[in-house]
Amino acid sequence: MLVYILRRLLWTPVLLLLAAFFVFFMGTVAPGDPAELRLGNRATPERVDRLREQLGLNDPLPIRYMRFIGNALKGDLGESYVFQGKTVTSLIGPRLLVSVQLNIAASIVALSVGLPLGFYAAKRQGTKTDPAILISMLILYAMPVFFTAPFLILFFAVKLHWVPASGWNGMFSTQVILPALTIGIPGAAIFVRHMRASTLEVIGQEYIRTARAKGMSNFVINYRHVARNAFLPILTLLGFTLAGIFGGSLIVELIYGIPGVSRLSLDAIFQRDFPVLTALVLLGSLMLVLANLIIDIAYTIIDPRIRLK
Amino acid sequence: MNTDSVTSELRGSRSHWQQVWANFRRRRLAFISLVIVAIIYLLGIIAPLIQTHDYQETNIGKTQQGPDNENWLGTDRLGRDIYTRVVWGIQTTVIITATTLITGSLFLGVTMGLMAGYFRGWIDAVIMRIGEVISAFPDILLIILLAATLRPKIVELARAIEDSTNITGLVSSGVVDYLVIGVALLPLSWFGMMRLVRGQVLALRDAEYVEAARAIGTSTPRILFRHILPNVVSPVIVSVSFGIGAIALSEVVLSFFGLGVQPPRPSLGVMIGEVTARGGASVSVLRDHPEQLLAPIIVVWLLIFCWNIVGDALNDVFNPRAR
Repeated sequence: MLVYILRRLLWTPVLLLLAAFFVFFMGTVAPGDPAELRLGNRATPERVDRLREQLGLNDPLPIRYMRFIGNALKGDLGESYVFQGKTVTSLIGPRLLVSVQLNIAASIVALSVGLPLGFYAAKRQGTKTDPAILISMLILYAMPVFFTAPFLILFFAVKLHWVPASGWNGMFSTQVILPALTIGIPGAAIFVRHMRASTLEVIGQEYIRTARAKGMSNFVINYRHVARNAFLPILTLLGFTLAGIFGGSLIVELIYGIPGVSRLSLDAIFQRDFPVLTALVLLGSLMLVLANLIIDIAYTIIDPRIRLK
Repeated sequence: MNTDSVTSELRGSRSHWQQVWANFRRRRLAFISLVIVAIIYLLGIIAPLIQTHDYQETNIGKTQQGPDNENWLGTDRLGRDIYTRVVWGIQTTVIITATTLITGSLFLGVTMGLMAGYFRGWIDAVIMRIGEVISAFPDILLIILLAATLRPKIVELARAIEDSTNITGLVSSGVVDYLVIGVALLPLSWFGMMRLVRGQVLALRDAEYVEAARAIGTSTPRILFRHILPNVVSPVIVSVSFGIGAIALSEVVLSFFGLGVQPPRPSLGVMIGEVTARGGASVSVLRDHPEQLLAPIIVVWLLIFCWNIVGDALNDVFNPRAR
C-alpha cells in the first residue's frame, strides 16, 4: 500500500506540470494579446510592446513556462494580466474561501436529504414509494440550473420574502440557503441513487441475517449494521463533490452574484488572464488528485478488507 | 436456409436483440421516455417542415407576446416566433449530439479502449495517463477554455477553405459552430468510454475463445473488431444513453456563454442566454415572460430526464443480475 501511495504521489507533480503546460500552450494559441486587451484600443504599438516586454510575453513559450514553474515552486504564482498590480494568490485566495463555503453548504444539503431518502427508498423496495422517490429525484436532477436558480429566487425571495435573493455574506448567513439548495438538490438525487443501491446490497448480506437471527432490534440493525456499511461506497462521491468546486457551480455563482472561483475562472478565460487561469487549473487539478488519493486511503482505514495495489 | 437462421432457430427463434427489445418494452416508463425522446428529435429533424415562421424573422409590432393562435409559444424580445426557434434549436442539438457521439465517445473512446485493453503495456500506459491529465481538469472550465481558444482558429481555417475553394457558406451555415462544440467536448467524451471498453477488453482478452482465435492465426484487427467488440456493445449502449443528456446540456452551457452556436442560428442555449442576458435577468424573465425561458428549458429537462430513465432500463435489461 505504501508503494501505491508513493507512486501516486510521484505521479501528481508530473500531472500538474502537464496540466500547466496545456494551459500555457492554449495561451499561445488563443487570439487576442493580453497587453492589447489591458491597454485598450487606442494604445500605441510602442506602449503595447513595452508592456509585452514587462509581462515577459515576448519570450518563447518554453522559457515562459520554465520561469512560471520556477516561481510557482517558490510560492509565487505571478501577477494578473487584467487586475494591475494584483498577485494571482491575492485574487484567488478570498474567492476560493467563498466557493469552499458554498460547496460545503451544498454538500450538507445533498447529504442530509440524499442519505436518509436513499435509505428509506431501499427499505420500501417493492412498494410504490420506492420508484416514486427515485423518479421525483430524477426529475429534480434533470432540472437545468437555468430554471432552478431563478425559480427559487422568485418563490422564496421575491414572493415569500423568506431569504435574500442574491449576494454573499459567508456560510452562516441566510444568503447561502438558495444557492446551497440549487447545487445541493441535484447532488441529493445522486446520493439517493447510490445510497439506495448500496443499502439494497448490504441488506442482502449474510451478516444482516445473522444480526436478525440473534434477535437484535430493528433500530440497531438498520443504523449500526445497514446504514453504516451502506455509506461506505458513498464516500467516493463526497470527495468528488468537494473537489468539483472549480467550475461546477459556475452558473449558480453567476445568477446569485456570488464572488467565487468559478466566476473568476470564467472572467479569466474571457479576458485572457492566463496567469490566473493557470493557477486555477493547477489548484483544481491538485484538489481532484488529492481527493482521489485521500478517498483511496480512507477506504483502507474504514474497510480493512480493501487492500491497495 | 442460411446459417444465421439456423442458429436463431436453435436458440428458440428469438435473437439476442429481439430479447433485449422485448424486455425493454415491458418497462413502461422507459418505453414512454424513449418515445418522448424520439418525438423531440423528430421535431428537430423535420424543423423546416413544421416551422410556422422563419427563425430569423422579427416582428417589431409584436414583441414579448404570450402564446396565441399565430405564435404558438409566443414571441421573444425581437418578435421572433419561439415555437419555430425551439424546433430549430432542437435540430442543432440533434446535429451536435450525433457528431459528438460518433467522433468522441464512439470512435475515439471505443478504439482507444480496445487498443489499451488488448495491447496493454506502454500503449495502455500512455492512453491512461493522457486521460488522467485531461480528467484532472475541471470539466466545464476545460470545455469553455477549449471553445474560447479554438473558435477563432477554426473560423479562420474555414474562411481559408472558403477562399481557396469554391465551397461557400461554411461559416454562415453553422458547420463551424458544430465543429467548435464537437472539438471542445471531445476530451471529455472519450475517456469514460475508453475506460469502460478497456475494462471489458481486459476481462475478455484472455478468454478461451479469444485464445482459440489467436491460435488459429486470426489477425489482430479481426480479433479486436469481430471477436471482442461485439461483446462490449451492451455496456457501450448503456453508457451512451446516460451520456446523451449531458451532451445536450454542454451545448446549452457553451451557447449560453456565447461560445457555441452563434446567432442568428437558434439553439436552446442561445435562446436561454439571450433571454436571460447571460443569467443576469433570469428572475425578471421568469416572472414576466415565463414562456420565453421555459420553452427551451423544458426540452433540455425532458431530454436529460428521459435519457436517464432509458439508460437505467437498458442497464437492467443488459445486466439483469447487477441490481
